[in-house]
Amino acid sequence: MALDAGWAQEWLRAAARAVAENRTHLMELDRAIGDADHGENMDRGFAAVVAKLDAGPPPATPAEVLKAAAMTLMSTVGGAAGPLYGTALLRAATSLGDAAEAQPDAVVAMLSAARDGIVARGKAESGDKTMIDAWTPAVEAAATAASAGAGPGAVLAAAANAAQAGAVATDPLVARKGRASYLGERSAGHRDPGAASTALILAAAAEAAGGPG
Amino acid sequence: MSVGLVIVSHSAKIAEGVCELAAQMAADVRLVPAGGTDAGGGAARIGTSFEKVANAITKAGQGDGVVILTDLGSAVMTAEMALEFLDEDERATVRLASAALVEGAVAAAVQAQAGGSVEDVLRAAEEAVVSIRPEALEPFVSRSAAAPGTAKAAAPEGPSASGSWVLPNDMGLHARPAAVLARGLADLDAEVTVNGIDGKSVMLLMSLGLGKGKTVSAQAVGPDAEAAIELIGAAVEDGFGEMNEDGQH
Repeated sequence: MALDAGWAQEWLRAAARAVAENRTHLMELDRAIGDADHGENMDRGFAAVVAKLDAGPPPATPAEVLKAAAMTLMSTVGGAAGPLYGTALLRAATSLGDAAEAQPDAVVAMLSAARDGIVARGKAESGDKTMIDAWTPAVEAAATAASAGAGPGAVLAAAANAAQAGAVATDPLVARKGRASYLGERSAGHRDPGAASTALILAAAAEAAGGPG
Repeated sequence: MSVGLVIVSHSAKIAEGVCELAAQMAADVRLVPAGGTDAGGGAARIGTSFEKVANAITKAGQGDGVVILTDLGSAVMTAEMALEFLDEDERATVRLASAALVEGAVAAAVQAQAGGSVEDVLRAAEEAVVSIRPEALEPFVSRSAAAPGTAKAAAPEGPSASGSWVLPNDMGLHARPAAVLARGLADLDAEVTVNGIDGKSVMLLMSLGLGKGKTVSAQAVGPDAEAAIELIGAAVEDGFGEMNEDGQH
């Protein structure tokens, strides 16, 4: 399907379902190296986003949907994921502008803007064992797919696959940012919860687009 | 009016408790807690809320400036987001402190009560860690905030002066006198050492714990050295204005 306002809504609804299904898994990941609240926080935040979508008038552009979701996440998630995903979606919305639907290059620009927003907000770099380690490979894979002529859905699918691989690759890393950094070497051997939720959210974006197309 | 403070914590109880503690020493300062997140109704949960922080900044500000103090990670990020959403004029009057929450809030409140500017209050907050080893604070705060004074410029030059006095008032060098001394000395061009510590730091002066009958020894170096020693001497001999006519508190 075209990446229009309807897609953006379906993306967030699919993300909310994925987060709800993986709530316990995310909490277990976070219990190992953090404060165990990531699953609960994300579930509550995305449930609030869905409630907001249900209550609001039909949006005209994907940017409108993402901006409303960002504001909701910032005030409902509670943990670091609130301002981080909030910033990501705000920057994504700004990048999309008034466009009624996103073409492949716009999808790459949107993902890149979201990633840059997270870097600016969290001040983490690649290899710090954070969600950046899922976002950056996703942006790179999306760019590669777009320049090879892939459609918008295929660009999102490439991003989602790379985010999942990036999340898995955080397992052996020693955390240098966030709560997990207080554990030092003991943070190695566990997957970063933020990278794991990033993979879920980008998979939801691809799912909402209906796969390669 | 004075600079207002916003206390951002993951815990509503911590934010309220810090405000309660700081208010003891700064009765006229607007101290606004922004702790926890209560989205979805019910009791406040652990976390931070953009909406709460943004509202607290408005409530604390009222045109006189705001210093925000935070606890861990996402509290800082949420506060930064709230700052980005302020209009430019309001943004110019708000500062985000990189400070230990409890010590910083107390020092900042004392400075605000004494009429300090937003920059004075920010500095008081950021220089307030005295009771813990700086190296033990990483990665919670930056080293410059944890070890105030370590980045000082070269040793001052110029005339020097010194003096020592016995504290006559019952309460000794407690919070209010410490704030009076630090604020008076801050305006002078001199490096002032009081019993071995920086005389321009409210928290360091308080940390000396000097009670009635204890000796205050000060050394000053710089163009205003003489004035600094006179200021301290006059304030101590006056019992910081806390003496009755018969010399009793």
